[in-house]
Amino acid sequence: MNEDFRPYAAGTQPPLDVPDYRGTAKRHPLRAKHPMPQTITETTGPRFSERHFPVMADMTKSTSGKEALGERIIVAGRILDEDGRPVPHTMVEIWQAGASGRYDHPADQHDAPSDPNFHGDGRVFTDAEGRYSFLTIRPGAYPWPNHRNAWRPNHIHFSFFGPAFATRLITQMYFPGDPLLAFDPIFNSTPDLAARQRLIAGFDLELTKPDFALGYRFDVVLRGRGATPMEG
Amino acid sequence: MGFTTASQTIGPYWHIIEDKALADLTRFGAEGERIELTGRVLDGDGNPCSDACIEIWQTDPPSSETFPGWGRANTDASGTFRLTTLKPGPVAGRGNTQQAPHIAICILSRGLMHHLVTRAYFQNEALNETDPLLVSIEDPAQRATLIATLEAAGVWRLDIRLQGENETVFLDV
Ligand SMILES: [Fe+2]
Repeated sequence: MNEDFRPYAAGTQPPLDVPDYRGTAKRHPLRAKHPMPQTITETTGPRFSERHFPVMADMTKSTSGKEALGERIIVAGRILDEDGRPVPHTMVEIWQAGASGRYDHPADQHDAPSDPNFHGDGRVFTDAEGRYSFLTIRPGAYPWPNHRNAWRPNHIHFSFFGPAFATRLITQMYFPGDPLLAFDPIFNSTPDLAARQRLIAGFDLELTKPDFALGYRFDVVLRGRGATPMEG
Repeated sequence: MGFTTASQTIGPYWHIIEDKALADLTRFGAEGERIELTGRVLDGDGNPCSDACIEIWQTDPPSSETFPGWGRANTDASGTFRLTTLKPGPVAGRGNTQQAPHIAICILSRGLMHHLVTRAYFQNEALNETDPLLVSIEDPAQRATLIATLEAAGVWRLDIRLQGENETVFLDV
């Protein structure tokens, strides 16, 4: 069996040069990436244990137990590989702005109220079936200096590791029906429409807890091993 | 069947999850040859990237209770990252080949829609001459962008140039 992780499908990943996203102008390499066969360095990867990376599945409370302001939401989903196999026991890191659209970060100068009870970091692990879940506050939109009247759509940042160095993934989850998505150069940089839409969580009434919090489902796919069935 | 979820930039606020302890891979008491891997991340104008996240992964020494093999560091105002780890030895390559000692590097930053991957090899390592990846890079100047230089005892430097002159060789893995 071919143990290599397969290449990304055409159009499903953003290019590095995104003229509408100014930050890429001086940071995208000009030369094509150097091809190389994967080795043990790429096909293996770090293991994270809950002992060293404690679970933080409730982001809605401060360390002293005080409640953050905003709309409580449950975010849950499954992490699968490209063949639909669950990615078990893998670490998921989460960070986001608070309800007012401000990060608890000194570089964030957005003139919106900060919430002393919301730091905006979370960490969970998938179970044996690749499922994860956490409780947070719906993040607000925030302005950024990319172009005139530029606003980031509501989003949550995610970091995934999967089984290997080659399966590393950093992405952002968006919310359904957000009018700002149409104007966001980061969201729109991925050429394939379906690939973009998969970054938008689905509202899920099943996941919604009565009298408590709305539920959003965000499923994620990490690279699979071997040639794609289409290639035979 | 599905396709890998699209990458999005790590953005400027990833420090929300930053833990400085992760930059020291020897923090659990691993024994071996301790080294510092440092360098600057520079953009196409030669300006420092001061908000990048640098992650490393190495398969030698093998990861264990005392050695995670993985670490993460931020870049500071001068674009400098600093990681403390153990010097790797050679590892198996594909087929019957052997790879020279190296550390895999993942670069994440505002302005990068997808992480970049490169490697740090070590100057004056005899196996560099036969390492399959290094050998496959024909231009010696490009090859040199993957080779860390000894700056002081135990301190290895590899600068990462994202764009333009002396642009780092990034790997399609
Ligand atoms: Fe953000």
